[in-house]
Amino acid sequence: MTRIALIFLGAFAAIAMSFTALALLPRMQLSTIEPTPGTTDYTYDEQLGREVYLREGCIYCHSQQVRPEGFGADIRRGWGGRGSRPGDYVFDETHQLGTMRTGPDLHDIASRQPSRDWHLAHLYQPRSVSPGSVMPAYPYLFEVKKKSNVMASEVTVPLSPEYAPPGDSVVVATEEALALYDYLMTLELEPLNDGGAQDAAN
Amino acid sequence: MPDDASPGVPPDVADANADVDWRRVVDASTRWPVIAFVVSATAWLVIGSLLALIASFKFQFPDWWTHQAWLTFGRVRPAHLNTMIYGWISMAGVGVSAWLWARLLKTRLQGRWMLLLSAALWNLGVLVGTIGILAGYSRAIEWVEMPYVAFAFIVPAMLLVVASFIQTLWQRHARHLYISVWYLGAAILWGPLLVIAILLPIYSGIPEATANWWYAHNILGLWITPPGLAAAYYFIPKVIGRPVHSYHLSYLGFWTLALFYNWAGVHHLVGGPVPQWVATVSIVFSAMMIIPVIVVAVNHHLTVVGHFEKLKYSPTLRFVVFGAMSYTAVSLQGSLQSFRYWQEVTHFTHYTIAHSHLGVYAFATMIAFGAIYYIMPRVTEWEWGSKRLVSLHFWTTGLGIGAYFTALTIGGVIQGFQMLNPDVAFLDIVDDTKPWLIVRSVSGTLMTIGHLVFAYLLVQIVLKRGERPEGPTYFHPVPEGTFAHVGGDGSRSVRTPSADQDG
Repeated sequence: MTRIALIFLGAFAAIAMSFTALALLPRMQLSTIEPTPGTTDYTYDEQLGREVYLREGCIYCHSQQVRPEGFGADIRRGWGGRGSRPGDYVFDETHQLGTMRTGPDLHDIASRQPSRDWHLAHLYQPRSVSPGSVMPAYPYLFEVKKKSNVMASEVTVPLSPEYAPPGDSVVVATEEALALYDYLMTLELEPLNDGGAQDAAN
Repeated sequence: MPDDASPGVPPDVADANADVDWRRVVDASTRWPVIAFVVSATAWLVIGSLLALIASFKFQFPDWWTHQAWLTFGRVRPAHLNTMIYGWISMAGVGVSAWLWARLLKTRLQGRWMLLLSAALWNLGVLVGTIGILAGYSRAIEWVEMPYVAFAFIVPAMLLVVASFIQTLWQRHARHLYISVWYLGAAILWGPLLVIAILLPIYSGIPEATANWWYAHNILGLWITPPGLAAAYYFIPKVIGRPVHSYHLSYLGFWTLALFYNWAGVHHLVGGPVPQWVATVSIVFSAMMIIPVIVVAVNHHLTVVGHFEKLKYSPTLRFVVFGAMSYTAVSLQGSLQSFRYWQEVTHFTHYTIAHSHLGVYAFATMIAFGAIYYIMPRVTEWEWGSKRLVSLHFWTTGLGIGAYFTALTIGGVIQGFQMLNPDVAFLDIVDDTKPWLIVRSVSGTLMTIGHLVFAYLLVQIVLKRGERPEGPTYFHPVPEGTFAHVGGDGSRSVRTPSADQDG
């Protein structure tokens, strides 16, 4: 009996220690952290777009963490002007740091590619703006309709003839596609006053 | 060393018939729970394989099935992971563990209705969770994508397993607790604790990321790995017929795993925006994992040394030894890749995907296959239908995972070095990974064929189809006496007249 108690208690103690250290301590350490400049809570549309991002599993190919100068080539690739900081994520209820870069990092996508036309075309058909891309197309975030039926409030997606629908039809973005674009535009790393000196030591 | 220190040594019983008798009684007590878990697991294995193939082929045909939202890559891929982790390997692990638990405690499995109820809840949970992910209700937390409602089934299912196991432990007849019992006992404590801990609604932002990788890595190391090691510790000595190399080393291996493994997971965030000390701690403990790994490797491999010819005959031994070798490989690789230099290259690449499949597939899944080949004839009192199909299963899965691992490792390292060079355009990197991803689709197809063959064999043996084959299933005719220590054969208890009467 004592041996069984030893096994169970030992096993429990081991996991309780690492849970405290790796799950609870960082939470306490970072509980008072301030948002970095430019990091604000999500608006309704941005939150809706974020939910589309979560739902469609963008995380499986796109990370949201720029590694600091000296570790990886993220900054030299133009993926951000500085490394990501914990303060960049304070409004993220579900973290999307990611572990895979089948596609490029997106934590500073708003600085790199702010064009709405580009993003909508890319979501509708990635290969229309990025030849050779393996990203899935998301036609279900768009509607194809007759040009005459498009309302003034709707956003039409400009496409090259090769990918445009035939005849007098056009591609119109749904509310979800526009919200996703709004969310992507929140992903921006503003420069910090300390010149990034603490990137490696955050 | 006590007589029953190793399953390869016959326990202290008066005569061989009595020995066979208690095994038959104990094996029979596990019949329906084992069948329920193993058959369910295999169904999820087939479903998970099909999801994997859809995800993989989308890299060759990105414009295939794009109008169906539920078949987009970003939903199919987590659905694949969750069916494999929570459906296939968890349920197979419970099935194999239940049988091992009863055998090693020499006690009829208690609370069988709880295990049957558990299997039903478990299946419902994974079904609801998989449909949830495909329908767009993913929680988008890696390894915990299934919506909460799925875990409302899975957590009670896990607790029912715990209750049944503890009841059996309470009524055990064995005095000595073999090392496999240690691993299994710890795993049934760790599994539910891990799942409950990650479901707590207390995480967000960066701390959620550290908790996330604490969890994801531990589900692998503390829930999936222990049954794999327990099975290897049981079946290698059992089938070969000699005690495990060093019993004292196995204690050391257990405690070092228990103490070190659960700190290692956050190495997934090395270089990320996490407190520096968190990543450093993880690297240190990842490196220290070398100790339990070497210990287990010494114990398993030195037990096999001198008996390699038996791999030629016994399906169980061949799968389990393949798995044990993969465990050594994947663990040493894991320790090395946590170091900053190698993380800088391989993080965010297909190399990591190769590594995780070496763990969950080449190690845990292959050992599960081997264990099931041994267990099913004993709980069904029937035999595997075809040695050719068992052989086909071994070669498709063995070569499949070999090609998969090799291709994604090479492709991933190339991808990693290219990403470190800002002069290589990103779309050129994408282009250069394409050939390796074709190999992945082909090897995935090979493994799926193996899974279908395995599922077919399983249905045959559970339904007792066809003529009852004479004797156990071996790849080749076995020389006289090779497996005499396991009651005349290496794959099934001998049917003696006295045993048949009380069957």
